[in-house]
Amino acid sequence: MKRLLLYGFATLLCNFARAQQTFPVNGVQDIRPGLYAFTNATIVVNSRQTISNGTLLVKDRVIEAVGTGMPVPKGYVVVDLEGKYIYPGLIDAYTSYGLPDAPRQALTFTRTVTPLSTKQGAYGWNEAIRPEMNVKSIFHVDAAKAEAFKKNGFGSVQSLIHDGIARGTSVVATLGDERDNLVILSEDAAANYSFNKGTAATNYPSSLMGSIALLRQTYLDGQWYSSQKEEYNISLAEFNRTQSLPQIFEATDPLSVLRADKIAKEFGKKYIFKTDGDEYRRIDAMKATGSSFIIPLTFPDAFDVEDPLQARKITYEQLKDWELAPNNPAMMEKAGIPFAITSYGLNNPRDFWTNLRIAIDHGLSEAQALQSLTEIPAQILGVSDKVGTLAKGKMANFIITSGGLFKKENVIYENWIEGRQYIVSRVSAINLAGSYKLSGDGLAGITLRVSGNPGAYELSVQRSGTDSVRTRGTFTRTGDGVSLYFDLKNNPAGTIRLSGYISATSPITLSGSAVLPDGTSTNWSAVYSGPVPAANRPDESKPNLTAGPVVYPFTAFGNTELPKAETVLFKNATVWTNEKDGILKNTDVLIENGKIKAIGKNLAAGNAKVIDATGKHITAGIVDEHSHIAASGGINEGTQAVTSEVRIGDVLDSEDINLYRQLAGGVTTSHILHGSANPVGGQTMLIKHRWGVLPDQMKFEGADGFIKFALGENVKQSNFNIQPGPNTRFPQSRMGVEQVYVDAFTRAKEYKAARAVKGNHVRRDLELDALVEILDNKRFITCHSYVQSEINMLIHVADSMGFHINTFTHILEGYKVADKMKAHNIAGSTFSDWWAYKSEVGEAIPYNGKIMNEMGVVTAFNSDDEEMARRLNQEAGKAVTYGHMSEEEALKLVTLNPAKMLHVDNKVGSLKPGKDADLVLWSADPLSIYAVAEKTYVDGIPYWDYEKDAAKQKELKADEGRIIQKMLEAKNKGAATQRPTGGGRRPAYDCDTIEDDAYVVADSYNGMLNHK
Amino acid sequence: MKKILIFGGLLLSTVLTYAQATISPAKPQSKPITITGATIHIGDGRVINNGYITFEKGKITAIGEGNSPNTSGAEIIDATGKQVYPGFICPVTTLGLIEVEEGAKGTVDAEETGELNPNVRSLIAYNTDSKVIPTVRSNGILLAQPTPEGGLLSGQSSVVQLDAWNWEDAAYKTDVAVHLNWPVIRPARRRGPVAALPGAESPDEARLKALDALNNLFTEAKAYAEAKPDVINLRFEAMKGLFKGTKKLFVNVDGAKEIIEAVTFANKLGMQAVIVGGKESYLVTNLLRQNNVPVIIKETQTLPARDEDDVYLPYKLPKILQDAGVLYGLTGIGFWRQRNLPFEAGQAVGYGLTKEQALSMITINNARILGIDKTTGTLETGKDANLFISEGDALDMITLNVTSAFIQGRNISLDNLHKQLYRKFSDKYGKKAD
Repeated sequence: MKRLLLYGFATLLCNFARAQQTFPVNGVQDIRPGLYAFTNATIVVNSRQTISNGTLLVKDRVIEAVGTGMPVPKGYVVVDLEGKYIYPGLIDAYTSYGLPDAPRQALTFTRTVTPLSTKQGAYGWNEAIRPEMNVKSIFHVDAAKAEAFKKNGFGSVQSLIHDGIARGTSVVATLGDERDNLVILSEDAAANYSFNKGTAATNYPSSLMGSIALLRQTYLDGQWYSSQKEEYNISLAEFNRTQSLPQIFEATDPLSVLRADKIAKEFGKKYIFKTDGDEYRRIDAMKATGSSFIIPLTFPDAFDVEDPLQARKITYEQLKDWELAPNNPAMMEKAGIPFAITSYGLNNPRDFWTNLRIAIDHGLSEAQALQSLTEIPAQILGVSDKVGTLAKGKMANFIITSGGLFKKENVIYENWIEGRQYIVSRVSAINLAGSYKLSGDGLAGITLRVSGNPGAYELSVQRSGTDSVRTRGTFTRTGDGVSLYFDLKNNPAGTIRLSGYISATSPITLSGSAVLPDGTSTNWSAVYSGPVPAANRPDESKPNLTAGPVVYPFTAFGNTELPKAETVLFKNATVWTNEKDGILKNTDVLIENGKIKAIGKNLAAGNAKVIDATGKHITAGIVDEHSHIAASGGINEGTQAVTSEVRIGDVLDSEDINLYRQLAGGVTTSHILHGSANPVGGQTMLIKHRWGVLPDQMKFEGADGFIKFALGENVKQSNFNIQPGPNTRFPQSRMGVEQVYVDAFTRAKEYKAARAVKGNHVRRDLELDALVEILDNKRFITCHSYVQSEINMLIHVADSMGFHINTFTHILEGYKVADKMKAHNIAGSTFSDWWAYKSEVGEAIPYNGKIMNEMGVVTAFNSDDEEMARRLNQEAGKAVTYGHMSEEEALKLVTLNPAKMLHVDNKVGSLKPGKDADLVLWSADPLSIYAVAEKTYVDGIPYWDYEKDAAKQKELKADEGRIIQKMLEAKNKGAATQRPTGGGRRPAYDCDTIEDDAYVVADSYNGMLNHK
Repeated sequence: MKKILIFGGLLLSTVLTYAQATISPAKPQSKPITITGATIHIGDGRVINNGYITFEKGKITAIGEGNSPNTSGAEIIDATGKQVYPGFICPVTTLGLIEVEEGAKGTVDAEETGELNPNVRSLIAYNTDSKVIPTVRSNGILLAQPTPEGGLLSGQSSVVQLDAWNWEDAAYKTDVAVHLNWPVIRPARRRGPVAALPGAESPDEARLKALDALNNLFTEAKAYAEAKPDVINLRFEAMKGLFKGTKKLFVNVDGAKEIIEAVTFANKLGMQAVIVGGKESYLVTNLLRQNNVPVIIKETQTLPARDEDDVYLPYKLPKILQDAGVLYGLTGIGFWRQRNLPFEAGQAVGYGLTKEQALSMITINNARILGIDKTTGTLETGKDANLFISEGDALDMITLNVTSAFIQGRNISLDNLHKQLYRKFSDKYGKKAD
């Protein structure tokens, strides 16, 4: 019987349907005029205009009129909203409403090799590019899910598929409980993108730089597709078709925004960015993109910090983020960046208003908040003509509230969508907040304090006198009924349960019956005695809004202000010039404007800051030819044998602590390489260790482009646990490696020739472009290599295909072929003493550098290791241990020689007037184990200073302590907390790190080793 | 047939590539040797300038300043201007247990399957013919503790001297320690929150379970050790020494919280614990000192565990432990990299330690922790003549140059594969291999 009743209610609602032209009706048609007049309301038409005492006329689904003093025509249901407000319905610009649950990303580490798309149909080769996905074809109204949005005041949403790099088109729909046909406001609202391949089974890309390369190539393929007749490709056709829509890019952090923005600029696009809300970390750079943003209100919970050892797991970044994230919306507003606010990503929809008010407490203006929830999303999504403000002809999407929407005490009463009423809290309901005197047998002397809003009351109970007690209870209201319970702990101990109803309204009186812990019942009543004192409303006490400054980079040892170039005179040092002068004792070095000004005895200080360097040594900054620091999202794109299209320069990470740590070891320039998973890896990037600048500002200005090649065990996957099968990635032996090169350069030559004749009619291929650059001597090879057979092979291939090998890196058997390297003018960048870590280094010897150098090969020692990099000076010292190289020559192994092989020895690598002021002040002989890098300058800027670092450590500890105190305070006030997990730290990469699992779901290249 | 051929080929290449046929273990010391005119580093902080040291039948018989009192019949080595050091001791290493780290599983014998293997013994897998050993020895490392890895209880280790025909004569002190990997929570690999699978065990719970299992095992082992059992249990047999004080419990652990747990655990069961790793030992120095628990630092040349740490923290750790009065030793990492052990020690000097304190780390301190300080670790009368001569400061790469080395008085070969290849290819190019 009960079931039947429920069913009856459901039909009651459903039968009241819209007239829908093409749909047949079962039974008697029930079309209602839907004429409403809302009168005497304060109407917030938009963020700039508010009408007092206004009237809003609604006709069926649309607004007929908004204004003041207009007569209400006959036939309208009149709703008197005296004292109440009307706002435009809110718009959530980023949701998955109406879509099936996102497919769970498989976390199994199945080792399947999937080089191409597994999707049937005339689609593109890579499943991560899925512009053919259209939300409009799978969208379905979901009344249950709509509920949470509606309670928060949302009337319409953008709904999109969160899967893949090109994710297809989204819709804008209202949250109306109608047929799908009637709620879609825009069927092609936007084209959506991200760097995350999502559930795509195709192995490529397995890295962030691979994702970027794939997207870049897809733009080119789109251009090519429209001018060709050879193939039909749904993916490319859809990609092209959707280019005219708003382009929305989901980028997590500010650096990802910059990465995506570069692609946008390259192809004349402008993305709207959906982010994780960290813009405050690089607000100026965010502003400079000129883009609009969609930001969430996902403010992190405080951490449990009571246990100081446990609290050490929390990173400084996490502490700062907790404090600063709630400022993000206000900082966006202050910076003048247009942005919409989404509820996306919140753990609980109820957090939306809580967090929005937190953002307002932190300085977000109410006008901006309203804009960001109405006009801006409407404009971003191209539905300004339908929603976002209250105006004639627009959708009747509006909310009725008790007061100003953003006020803490505000109550949303009703949310009207397409002219349909949805009741959030009954308008007639009285707010029960206040203090009440309780009376009844055994209940004397008790005061109830009810705080909060209808729907979410909080109860605290207080008894004064001899048995004084203060405790929390639970207060629930259903219509006019109430129920509450609390435990006084003593006299009586146990839970007292009360149920009752509103028995009078002036003053508010609640009455009913109570059950005491001993099971006896009694009658009770509670009479309103006044508002709850502020002290008894814990959630309303003033939040602590003080916040520390943003640091650059946003990590430990970041600077609040970037250090500037100094004019410095170093007096009386031992100066290792790396020039004809050799090592000069008792010599001065003057730097100015980022350059070395003079080297000599008794130089005049002028206005320079003088540093006494007596007993100390000065060398050029260390240059690391082989490094994998400061890159995000994986260092290898090893899913194909040739990936010359991927670029380390696309994924630089300016926030990597290793930049700073290595400055503390005298490193000023690092060559960031793609890993060694494939014969032709990605394009490399030369950077300077400018701690705190943006990724692009780290790039070594004017440096030649390089590319990583690799030979040996890694590229033939000999240490992988892959079951061989028909799809096993070629090559699996050194024999195959040669063929990969011959094939790649053969294709590159044909491509070059074809493009020379047919121009853009030949599909532009970024992979081959890079190879053509090599053939044209515009891009230079550094090749990971170990044994002499393969080294010899590549020299032969280069000779026969007409390209030059600039550097063999690692080159542990270089000593066996040093004569050939010299003859071919190939440099060697090796380890000082590494060996025995795999089969192909069985004959690696620490005399390698000595022999190559002696044979006239330009020789360097590199790190390939974020730890070793910060003591490369010592590694150079090992050339003295093994083979007794002169100290002067040994230092060049990590300074001038790598600079030479990277073609930047005209700027760095030695100390000479006019060169960059990249230098290190050492406490002792720089090759000695006892040398400490006291100061390191890049471009004349003191990025490392041992003494200042001590002060920085103190500041860091103090700031951590301050934030932790604040967290404890917040927790005591009842804020939600999370346990420190030790997550949140960056992964370290070296050559063999195959992927960053943040960018990969599951493929065959998981779980690789950690060696060179 | 093909398999056999391949196997044959492998054998052949092994012989050709890894031939060290000319590097034989040295003969026993036949007559007294006196080193004169040297700067002698005792190992415990003392230094003798212009000193002499005499050893006979493998034992140090005299040491002092100035001219040696009785040199008749002794072979004299003039080491004027040179340095003499106690042989360096490398604890907790896989030297001799691994020949090629990756891609040659057949050469890896450092880890047994399963979690609880206190009974397995590294000594019998120690390969005296490893081509890596001579390269390590050439830098003054004369004793080592080949140590099993993996699981919760990895097995037992022994101390070996690095110039031997087989593991029997290599053994310097047998089965000195049982090695335990303290259960830790691995930090999440992903940045940002990871959604726990519904019903899955939390990392906290998993760790607590592992701790329960450990408690259980050790409590039972202790009871087992107290009476003659009905049934022999090899695991418990191997653990007996832990409760009798003949074996030490080496615990691999870095976190302060976990170090506290490990020390308490060992105390409760009456075991002598040694902390291996101890990255955060500087946070619990009082505990370590009060309980006489030493630390074997694993590498100074490593990165701080946290971005927020002093960038030089690992360089400064020895000094912090020194000042706090904690006994600390040092090891490097892996096996071939142990030839850098002197530099790992020297690294701490720029950051507060004295050179002689740095030397003690890898000589007497390591010897004390391993329980071999009665016979080695310093240059003192009555101890084994485990020592070497270097042209210069042996902790610094620009001066380290070992010219001769003695293990139990035996004048060992300093040749190695690398020097051989250096000579071979210098010869190819007509250059001098100096």
